[in-house]
Amino acid sequence: MQGFEVYSDASLWQQTLEQLALFWSFEDVNATWVLVGSLLLGMSASVIGAFAFLRKRSLLGDALAHAALPGVMMAFLLSGSRDAEVIFGGALLSSLLGFWIIDWLPKNTKIKPDAALAITLSFMFALGLMLLSLIQSTDMPNKSGLDKLLFGQAAAITSEDIQLLVYVTSAVLITVILFFDKFRLIAFNRLYAQTLGVSVRFYEFLLALMIVLSVVVGLQLVGVVLMAAILLTPIAAARFWSHQLSYLLLLAGIFGALSASIGAQISYIAPAMPTGPWIVVSLSLVFFISFLVAPQNGLIKRYLDYRRLRHRVAQENILRTLHKLLERNHFKRNDFTVAQITALRNIQIQTLKQTLKQLQKQGLVRELGGGFALSEAGLRRAIELTRRHRLWESYLSQHADLTSEQVHQQAEHMEHILNQEHEEQIVAELMQRLSDPHGQPIPPKNTLEEQ
Amino acid sequence: MTDRSAIPLKVEQLSIRYHHKPVLTDVSFEVPAGKTVAIIGPNGAGKSSLLKGIMGLTPVIQGQALFFGEPLDKKRLTTAYVPQREEIDWDFPIDVMDVVLMGRHGQLKFWQRPNQNDRDIAEKALWDLQMSDFSDRQISQLSGGQQQRVFLARALAQQASLYLMDEPFAGVDVATEKAIIELFKQLKAQGNTVVCVHHDLNTVHEYYDYAVLINARLIAAGPVDEVLTKDNLNKTYGGRLSLLNEMTEQLYRSQLNQAHDQD
Repeated sequence: MQGFEVYSDASLWQQTLEQLALFWSFEDVNATWVLVGSLLLGMSASVIGAFAFLRKRSLLGDALAHAALPGVMMAFLLSGSRDAEVIFGGALLSSLLGFWIIDWLPKNTKIKPDAALAITLSFMFALGLMLLSLIQSTDMPNKSGLDKLLFGQAAAITSEDIQLLVYVTSAVLITVILFFDKFRLIAFNRLYAQTLGVSVRFYEFLLALMIVLSVVVGLQLVGVVLMAAILLTPIAAARFWSHQLSYLLLLAGIFGALSASIGAQISYIAPAMPTGPWIVVSLSLVFFISFLVAPQNGLIKRYLDYRRLRHRVAQENILRTLHKLLERNHFKRNDFTVAQITALRNIQIQTLKQTLKQLQKQGLVRELGGGFALSEAGLRRAIELTRRHRLWESYLSQHADLTSEQVHQQAEHMEHILNQEHEEQIVAELMQRLSDPHGQPIPPKNTLEEQ
Repeated sequence: MTDRSAIPLKVEQLSIRYHHKPVLTDVSFEVPAGKTVAIIGPNGAGKSSLLKGIMGLTPVIQGQALFFGEPLDKKRLTTAYVPQREEIDWDFPIDVMDVVLMGRHGQLKFWQRPNQNDRDIAEKALWDLQMSDFSDRQISQLSGGQQQRVFLARALAQQASLYLMDEPFAGVDVATEKAIIELFKQLKAQGNTVVCVHHDLNTVHEYYDYAVLINARLIAAGPVDEVLTKDNLNKTYGGRLSLLNEMTEQLYRSQLNQAHDQD
């Protein structure tokens, strides 16, 4: 089998590029069909799958894809033909039957929706596999290739398939554009939609019908088993990038189309490579990249945020320690050595030196002789922190029965996130209490001038 | 137009069960127009189920609710429902304005989208609940109280005459509590009726004119002063109705209803 070998040879690169150029010149009709088909499917499935995802019915598409299999086999058995329309009709009917069972079971028995999905999925799939074996044991003509519906075979796509794809994609996109508000309303708050008199059952059926259509039309391209990924992965990836549903749908469509074109190209360059699985792998890659680099809640952003927070907390802790030393020396000395700081604050020497450097850069701490001193700005910040720390201690000890050690521990954390507004609120509640529960004075605002 | 003098809500012998467990049995009461009404009872008394049964959101085995003398399907536009906050996924990708605009969908034909008039109504509703500054905000960024106010604004945007609310005061901050009380006053001044599931006995006198006490059955319904008696509260909260519920459950299990009626 010829796959992707390591292209160490320059001529192999050359070859690949030439093939890519040929692919995008659209001279190879079959390759172009595969590309167009994948693009259409990628777009329609990701957009309609988004609503299943948001309704937390993600597995519905998977179940409906599996439920299509027995219909395809029955249609072939009865008609002996493998025309796109026949296969499509059979798949549609049996998918809808699957949907009806999934809907009926939880309403009329004690079976929960997830169990109903799983039961229907495996039952219909098993039925399909049985029929498939039956067909393969007969001597019906053009029976070969039916088993390809399990994993898809994009290369065998026909112009009729493309036609169907165009119809279905148009139907899906038009439906979503027309009924966007209603679909969103039902996905967000189904019961409420019902109280408005919106015909929830109608829209739910419409949505399911669109999912069924997308699934059924995608069988030739990606097959029964992988269909769920095309429905769900694009929206799952898009979810990292936006909070606006219209953008999310657009992004999902783009991700779907992008991955589809990647899959089609790869299978063109390396003919042994299957299109469907490559589409799914590309989608997963898009998902993984989104998960890493998304600007608001990507992994890297979260890591950077956390690192910044850790640095800030370390810096503020040192400022507070310097202020405490200052207090202990009755504001007569300002410069303190590393040893004096570590005596009060449990911190590794290495981290302490780094933190002091950062503070110096910000102009909050100056190096004086062998020690370190708060600058004026540093002192102001340290007083602010100390004030918030002690305000919180007083506030907490008024509202909860805690030991002074517990109160101190909590204030150690709280001082870093309290802001001006919180501060004023606490002051208002404390009515000008002037010392914390340990008897330490709470520095008033703007005391620097007096000191 | 809705006849203002008609009874906004009349519940007749409503019974709800979950499988064989009786949730509510034979509940009947009337709600007068222009009042605020509290539905009170202990945990698991069926307060939310009552509201859902009235709104047709959960199947009832018997009885009906009449809105201004007619079944709900004829009076959808006069009735607004505020679900419990916890029933919703607040991570859903949608902003505050779009949630409030949902309140307009009862009025819209199935191909229509909210127009400028609907937006004005939604903005006014947000303003009434002091949430104007939040209209572009993602709902995931709201505090619990703000979420509640968004839901109330959505109901207000329906411009209904009868408002059914499921625990609007549950877990809200002081500002929201004030905003809700203000909303009640405003609705009452316009002759509208508010029915709330309420869990805090201490505030019933302050917020409501009428009370409906239930614990799987109706204990009492009427003006707060008359209904909130020690005796009634004991029956609602203290008394164990174990035999009553047990026998009702057995009745459902035995299918005696059907057998009896067929004779």
